[in-house]
Amino acid sequence: MSGRSDELVSEEAGEQPQAPVEGIPPVGTALLTRARGVYRVVGPVGTTVLAFFLGGLVVLVTGDNPLRVYHAIFNGTGLNWLFHFGSYSIRVPFTTHHVWFWWDTGSVAAFNLQQTLLLTTPIVLTGLAVAFAFRVGLFNIGGQGQYFVGAYVAVWIGSSFAHLQPLVHVLLAVVVATLAGAAYGSIPGLLKATTGAHEVITTIMLNWIAFWVGSYLFGQAGPLQISTQSGVPESNVVVAGAKLPVFWGPKELQGLSIGVFVALAMLVVYWVVVRRTTLGFEIRAVGFNPEAARTSGISVTRNYVLAMAIAGGFAGLAGVCDILGWQFQIGPSEIQASQIGFIGLAAALLGRNSAVGVGFASLLFGALINGTSGRQLDSSIFPPELAGNLTIVIQGLVVLFVGLDLAGVLGGLRRRRRST
Amino acid sequence: MAAPVLELHGITKRFPGVLANDDVSFDLRPGEVHALLGENGAGKSTLMNILYGLYRPDAGEIRLRGAPIELGSTRAAIEHGIGMVHQHFMLIPVMTVAENVVLASEPRQAGVFLDYDAAVRRVRELSERYGLLVDPTALVRNISVGQQQRVEIVKALYRGADVLILDEPTAVLTPQEARELFEVVRSLKSRGTSIVFISHKLNEVLEVADRITVLRRGRVVGTIPAAGATEEGLARLMVGRDVLLRVDKLPARPQAPLLRVEGLRVEDDRGLEAVRGVSFEVRAGEIVAIAGVDANGQSELVEAIAGLRTPTAGRVEIDGVDTTRDSPRRKLDAGLGHIPEDRHLRGLVLPFSLAENLSLQEYRHRPVSRFGFLSLRRIAARAERLLREFDVRGGGADTPAGALSGGNQQKVVIAREVDARPKVLVAAQPTRGLDVGAIEFVHRRLVEQRDAGRAVLLVSLELEEVRSLADRILVIYEGRIAGEFGPDATETELGLAMTGGTSGAEAA
Repeated sequence: MSGRSDELVSEEAGEQPQAPVEGIPPVGTALLTRARGVYRVVGPVGTTVLAFFLGGLVVLVTGDNPLRVYHAIFNGTGLNWLFHFGSYSIRVPFTTHHVWFWWDTGSVAAFNLQQTLLLTTPIVLTGLAVAFAFRVGLFNIGGQGQYFVGAYVAVWIGSSFAHLQPLVHVLLAVVVATLAGAAYGSIPGLLKATTGAHEVITTIMLNWIAFWVGSYLFGQAGPLQISTQSGVPESNVVVAGAKLPVFWGPKELQGLSIGVFVALAMLVVYWVVVRRTTLGFEIRAVGFNPEAARTSGISVTRNYVLAMAIAGGFAGLAGVCDILGWQFQIGPSEIQASQIGFIGLAAALLGRNSAVGVGFASLLFGALINGTSGRQLDSSIFPPELAGNLTIVIQGLVVLFVGLDLAGVLGGLRRRRRST
Repeated sequence: MAAPVLELHGITKRFPGVLANDDVSFDLRPGEVHALLGENGAGKSTLMNILYGLYRPDAGEIRLRGAPIELGSTRAAIEHGIGMVHQHFMLIPVMTVAENVVLASEPRQAGVFLDYDAAVRRVRELSERYGLLVDPTALVRNISVGQQQRVEIVKALYRGADVLILDEPTAVLTPQEARELFEVVRSLKSRGTSIVFISHKLNEVLEVADRITVLRRGRVVGTIPAAGATEEGLARLMVGRDVLLRVDKLPARPQAPLLRVEGLRVEDDRGLEAVRGVSFEVRAGEIVAIAGVDANGQSELVEAIAGLRTPTAGRVEIDGVDTTRDSPRRKLDAGLGHIPEDRHLRGLVLPFSLAENLSLQEYRHRPVSRFGFLSLRRIAARAERLLREFDVRGGGADTPAGALSGGNQQKVVIAREVDARPKVLVAAQPTRGLDVGAIEFVHRRLVEQRDAGRAVLLVSLELEEVRSLADRILVIYEGRIAGEFGPDATETELGLAMTGGTSGAEAA
């Protein structure tokens, strides 16, 4: 216990030389900014490396060779496809031409990569749901519930209105389901703004509401249960016209749909909104200091609701991409198994709520989950039922380390506010 | 004269891009109060952090009772009997006073258990001996800021400090608490404790110190006895030029009223009526000051005018338009400018850059943004212009506001509010925590705004500021206007009205 207060003091001095030294000129702050910039990259990468290292120790304890296991996982992700060069030709769409191509688009690795990217898509979007809410100062744990709402509406619209034009049908499903996710996301924002109810509590409650509503709707004898097979607790299947087009891989066997481009586009949208629009400006101002924002005429209520709605929209879109992209159907068993909202949370934490960070962190988690899934991992090297646990171990370690760091960052902010 | 208990010789400390201390020498005699005076950024805190073992000097030597010492850590400083009370307290709110004091060197039972009764006894003993009244069994989170400061002092004494460094001790205190602190300082002094008193407030330094050392830009510009020193002389040493402690201004030429407050009633957070039927008006081209002791309804009055708190009754008109229940944004659009009393809480978004802070209201207007998209180029250009115009130092457009000193932060707030060209400018304690140079700047700007035909409402706890700036003075007492005075009212007259005494002046 001894020296506790001294340590506090020296830590403060060490971390932020500008605080005790009154008014350091720009040179000092410029150095500091640059140091923080480097740290923003080194931090998450270091966290990941450390998590993998400790995960490797876990593998070692099970009596396997960590390097061999990681290599097998890597091959399972399909990312090795990027390193397999050869001479192939691919057909140019809408013509009879063939062009030379570096990569073999039909290999096993290519198929693995398609699966990895299919998984990455909703993680990016649920990650953005967390990151966007974080900008307004709210911790959105409700990505899972907002994802469900988007998925339910997408499956309902996608399996109804079969007479619609495919393009119209897809657009209708995407837009309405996204708006449904947004509406669901705005509820905790509204509660926070009007009653002060903490968003962590309300979003968790809303997750369970979405969970049980879905289990009822698509479950045995539920109102939206599949109409052709009365004994199967599943929804109707999305009709062909409402499916997102597959642009890579087999259409019937979970090829990669254009959902991945939707996710990439949303990363760009996220960055533009946060950094370049008046809306993002207001949201960041409220996130950093609601009182100052209010004093300067920025409505805190409006921004809480709006930011949570947009966050919910991102998560809802994740549900849309899964349903219209490859799942086509949802039922209580899928609802129970889904963790995507929480994986998105981990991706947002690891990616530090930046567009690029969320993108890479999502790819990491998507690859890890796919690479350790029973189907992809070579079972002669590591038992797949254990490999899935390894994913959870690594994921947990990442969240733990990032969480620790988060505490440090927040502490630093608070101290800076008190100084000067 | 006794040999100095502590000497600093030729202390030099460099930080990237700045020479914080340049060949600074300083000595402290036993049982004296030696004030270290300087503007924000002059290097006072750096010097004391060196003395407390937080920084290692690049050059120079520290001698304690004649013997050179090495201070590599705060622990070493404490072992040498040096104690420091920081501006921001290092207390654990959920622990009791006694627990906080003995933390890190607890009296023990059987070698492992905290002897809480002994701790309470020791704390009571110390606080009685030095007249530092605190309840050892109270939780720190339940006691006032002034009492928390006393706990810090007791903590230093408990650790055996005979040299005590007080870093800007009055910055967080009310005037009443500050007076109590001065009593404590005198009592410590009479018992032989030597005290370094860091401050940028001239009057309190003159009141409490025996000798004064003035720092400017990291250098000692002089050490003088407090007896015989004047505020003007000290201000000149501090800033390096003559400072106008009294504002130079022409008589006001008031025009039509721009702000009219009628029968305003406002409740505070606890639902008690804090403003009880206040009426006044501020005309274009005049400064009206609301004077009063803290917590007599000033904050609630300003918040109601700014739209941050809804009044229960009454009217607020800006340029003839009823804005009583308007949102802060509509108030701004109606022509209100507001310099909030707490710049960290309300005035600035500290993690935002200066450019973003300067555009905190303008961001939604053309050409700073178009169709909802920000023009970063215009935001930066605007910032460059305002930073230059208002002489903001310590950073550029990209620097986070939190990295600036208090005076420069306040300049940023003022720049933003003034540049919006409001009809009515409400300035709530605009010079709180600022040093003389910055205060002079703020005062000059407020007078400029008056002369430019704006209605300026100044809310201040500093009588001197009120008297030198205002064209009319309204004294507020327990939520009511207790009297109206001209700028030539004496401190006694105002003081009487401020404490609820009946004044002979024309009560409003």
